[in-house]
Amino acid sequence: MTFLRSRIFRSLQPLLAVLIGLVIGLLITRLAGENPWHVLKILINSAFGSRYDIGMTLFYATPLILTGLAVAIPFQAGLFNIGAEGQLTLGALAAAAVGCVFPDIPWPLAPVLAVLAAFFVGGFWGFIPGWLHAKRGSHEVINTIMLNFIAAGIASWVTLYVLKNPESQNPETKAVGAGYLIHHFQSFGDAPLSSAFVLAVVAAILVSVFLWRTVLGFQLRAVGQGESAARTAGIDSGKMKIIAMFLAGGLAGLVGVGEVLGNAGRFRLGFSPEYGFIGIAVALLGKNRPAGVVAAALLFGALHKGTSDLDLETENVTRDLSLILQALIILSVSAVGLWDWFNKGRPMVNGGRT
Amino acid sequence: MSDTGFLAILIQMVGSTLRVSTPLLFASLGGLMSERSGVVNIALEGMMLIGAFAAATVAFVTHSPWLGAAAGMGAGLLLAACYGLFVIQLRADQIVAGTAINMLAAGITPFLSKIFFESTGSTPSLPLDDRFQSAPIWIAWILVIVCWAWVNFTPTGVWLRFAGEKPEALQSAGISVIRVRWCAVLASGVLAGLGGASLSIFLASSFSRNMTAGRGFMALAALIFGKWRPGPTAVACLLFGFADALQIRLQGVVLWGTEPVPVQFIQILPYIATVLVLAGAVGKSRAPGALGVAFKKG
Amino acid sequence: MMTAQAAVSAVELRGISKFFNGVPANQEIDLQVRAGSIHAIIGENGAGKSTAMKILYGIHRPDAGEILIRGDKKIWSTPAQAISAGIGMVHQHFMLAGPYSALENILLGVEIANSSAPLLKRAFESLARPVDRKGAKARLDRLADQYGLRKIDWDLPIETLPVGVQQRVEILKLLYQEASILILDEPTAVLTPQETEELFSNLKKLTKDGKTILIITHKLKEVMSLADEVTVLRAGRVVGRRAVADTKVEELASLMVGRKVNLKIEPPSKPVPRDPVLEISDLHLSTAPGRARRVHPLEKISFSVRGGEVVGIAGVEGNGQSELLQVLLHPRDFSKRNSASVAHATGSVRCLGRVTLNERTRLRAEEIKLLGVGVIPEDRHREGLLLERSMEENFLLGHQKRSAFSSKGFILRKSLRESALRAIEVYDVRPRVIDLEVEALSGGNQQKLIIAREFECEPKLLIAAQPTRGVDVGAIEFIHRRILEAREKGAGVLLVSSELDEILALADRILVMYAGRIVAQFNRGEASEQVLGLSMGGAHA
Repeated sequence: MTFLRSRIFRSLQPLLAVLIGLVIGLLITRLAGENPWHVLKILINSAFGSRYDIGMTLFYATPLILTGLAVAIPFQAGLFNIGAEGQLTLGALAAAAVGCVFPDIPWPLAPVLAVLAAFFVGGFWGFIPGWLHAKRGSHEVINTIMLNFIAAGIASWVTLYVLKNPESQNPETKAVGAGYLIHHFQSFGDAPLSSAFVLAVVAAILVSVFLWRTVLGFQLRAVGQGESAARTAGIDSGKMKIIAMFLAGGLAGLVGVGEVLGNAGRFRLGFSPEYGFIGIAVALLGKNRPAGVVAAALLFGALHKGTSDLDLETENVTRDLSLILQALIILSVSAVGLWDWFNKGRPMVNGGRT
Repeated sequence: MSDTGFLAILIQMVGSTLRVSTPLLFASLGGLMSERSGVVNIALEGMMLIGAFAAATVAFVTHSPWLGAAAGMGAGLLLAACYGLFVIQLRADQIVAGTAINMLAAGITPFLSKIFFESTGSTPSLPLDDRFQSAPIWIAWILVIVCWAWVNFTPTGVWLRFAGEKPEALQSAGISVIRVRWCAVLASGVLAGLGGASLSIFLASSFSRNMTAGRGFMALAALIFGKWRPGPTAVACLLFGFADALQIRLQGVVLWGTEPVPVQFIQILPYIATVLVLAGAVGKSRAPGALGVAFKKG
Repeated sequence: MMTAQAAVSAVELRGISKFFNGVPANQEIDLQVRAGSIHAIIGENGAGKSTAMKILYGIHRPDAGEILIRGDKKIWSTPAQAISAGIGMVHQHFMLAGPYSALENILLGVEIANSSAPLLKRAFESLARPVDRKGAKARLDRLADQYGLRKIDWDLPIETLPVGVQQRVEILKLLYQEASILILDEPTAVLTPQETEELFSNLKKLTKDGKTILIITHKLKEVMSLADEVTVLRAGRVVGRRAVADTKVEELASLMVGRKVNLKIEPPSKPVPRDPVLEISDLHLSTAPGRARRVHPLEKISFSVRGGEVVGIAGVEGNGQSELLQVLLHPRDFSKRNSASVAHATGSVRCLGRVTLNERTRLRAEEIKLLGVGVIPEDRHREGLLLERSMEENFLLGHQKRSAFSSKGFILRKSLRESALRAIEVYDVRPRVIDLEVEALSGGNQQKLIIAREFECEPKLLIAAQPTRGVDVGAIEFIHRRILEAREKGAGVLLVSSELDEILALADRILVMYAGRIVAQFNRGEASEQVLGLSMGGAHA
């Protein structure tokens, strides 16, 4: 059956896209005068070579799982969340702020408070564009981009003027109380891999259950599939979109848990190497499904870790290769026409220029 | 504060506003081309970035700002061609592909600077003679007028608008939507590249890592603020440029109390204003009807 | 001269075939059109009429066959080539951009015919030589005079003009391009009978001036009153060719559907009136100034639907029917308090005993559905189905909160699957593959799936809008029977349809809507098609 064939093809498509992206990306290193094989070996070795390396890969994957989900959930509701960057910035800031303002709260309670703060503040930052879209009809893509900049401005002000660390020249806040720091896994050497990774994976499982097993999740996906049909069926599409954006913002906000409570112990301005934008790639590659998001986040975490050693180990290639690779993977996975062509074995049917 | 002192500050502010808004003008005209033809252009940021890099590099090598600007336009064109290939030809999602193009530019520029200059993401500093003094300002404003006249009063300007509003109508009139969109996207790359060039060889004296710092997005915001029309968009660029100039002017200045003015709040004003405009609080902004919708022939 | 013209056809298609993804849309289409004649192309939805005309107009490229224009063989792959050969097309959905003026919409394509310079070069050229608006307007006025078309204000944005005027803009666009062969795709679908009459007399004037006209339609009466010749398509093939003078409606109808059709279904039994299930009184809908001109206002609408009867709303599309349905189903969206609403409704609506809309109350869409309202929406693809989802998920849509399918917020997957399987069996939805995406089903089966879903919980009020649009004949009979069955079981049915035959066959009472008002009311058997047609055109308004 053709529909079975196209289903198998669709599930293979992300793998093919990764392959295409990697091949082109490595060929580019050839232009820089490096041996692509050598670069590939460094990548793999640096991502998985030791316990520490694996720990770092998982550490980088943690925020990507969360931002990937933060893009995937709104996508299921028909929205594009480009604002994960701003949401995670404010989420992390909130976690740090709670930890700075109430440093004496004891252990089990403190991280819970910080997690809630990160979730709700991030969620609020997602709620704004969701609400604006549902009630005022303004486009969420532009709004989330704008809110990213606004969040960056707020974070910069809070960090430099309100919670500034007086002992440091770096743009960072004071340290959070000792009771806030969360568990580090010992078996990965010095890698700051904390329970935040478990939190992220649990979040992915919960999102999966939510989207495919609950009534609310069904309604949310119905809105994304066909808003008019959902409305005719009595579903409040505006409400679903707001919920989707709130959840997305909250999950992005949880990135702050791994960073503030599990790694730095404070909020550092610019800690995120654009996790929010990489989340778009993660969601896209993961086909906007939680399991796919986790897998894609692991891959991109490995890429991030893998490329980090390129600065030292090669002459001409820097860690920026990871951006190039990510871009190439996104481009190849998103090219609808290309996949049509692959799938049907002939050029675009209606293009007519065979 | 004396009157003459105030006047001096005013003139200084007008000057720096004009300067700072120039890259925005180029980029938002580029955005206008692409978006009026129905192609969302988040990739402006990346096109500016690569334009800035190419311009600084070529100006450094040739000692000519004009050749530098041409290189910036060429680089923007190249990246726009890449963007066009994906969104027009392969019908990739425009937001996704735009994000990817931005990443690509952010990755490629330090990659190349490492190869060319053995540096991590910046080009050598240009002497004053190898930079523009005021030419980009004039060029930008002339382009605003040309663009306004072209979009509103010429047949091909009508094509551009129809490609973004009702592409089927254009196709039915015997004009290839794909070609109009290609031209528009390429033009937008050239303009954004020029905007990048005016950043690295006019406002600054070299390229530095991520030097656009969101100006591509700000240009997009100005375009929306200006309701996708050339005149109002130019005014929006001036407003945003003014906010930027003010923010630079007030950095570290103590106006009241003992603390310096928190310039972050001036910095985010343009973004807040855009959100408000989009929400319909400051007049309604109506996007082209087919904006963001891939066109499939037939 | 005359004989020479008659000998060569203005348009000839020979053996045209076209496949989409391997599915044939046209197979060996042959067609000859005399110069200066009106040629109708008729067929059911999906018979391949539009595809054939799009091939003639250069939008699609045929996979086989050839096109001859005045005897010359043509091969083209873009409309530009067809336009320069003097062909013009008015599409079913007008090719006009709403915010721009009529003039700009007309001027859009003019330069095409006489320039083959590259696009970029033309962009520079056109900068030096802007559009001559004055000259263009003068020429358009002259054209309108010459062909006896009523004049238009060229500077108004298209979206502010009535549909009939927009169509005139489309026709003038073709005349301005000096087209001599005009293709019109379903031109009367959106017109009142009066506007249709004006259009037809305009078309006849055009043929007197030597223009050749091809008209796609599925309305047989129009063929008889307008066309000289007719070609009938069925399932992508030509199944008949007649001179209109030598044929009858009945013959064309049976050619079109492929068998003798009995246009009447058995008259249902007398209605047993029960309590009202829907009472609307003095419903107004006014648009907020300056916003969304596309919403048609409603005025003083009052009627009720009782259990056990079918109330039909007849009318040409675009006279407020869609708005009426939207207000009934989504009263909240038309509240003054809702800042995003483009219009607000006043008056009162009672639905199954509950007030759903008055000054104080506006029920949510969900609450209204839960009262026991079944809806067959107007636009099945947009409003009825999630096309990329499985039949099972589509079956759940709208019932997700019923206790049969969910408990404590979780979906009961097993009972959902059982009910869905049973329903597609009972309602004969094919193929019986519950995990198949709905977009893979035929139109008739998609509609059956919607009916299966909406009838599952035995609604007490059924709102059915255009229930048989784009559905094959077999499915039409099936759907009509189901609607009458629901009525027998005591449901009240509000049927909105632009097909008069459907209204006449099903409705116990007929209301005619025109310009946002109910302008006439008839009981079963009281009104002939003619009388209804007159009311639909506003004769009783």
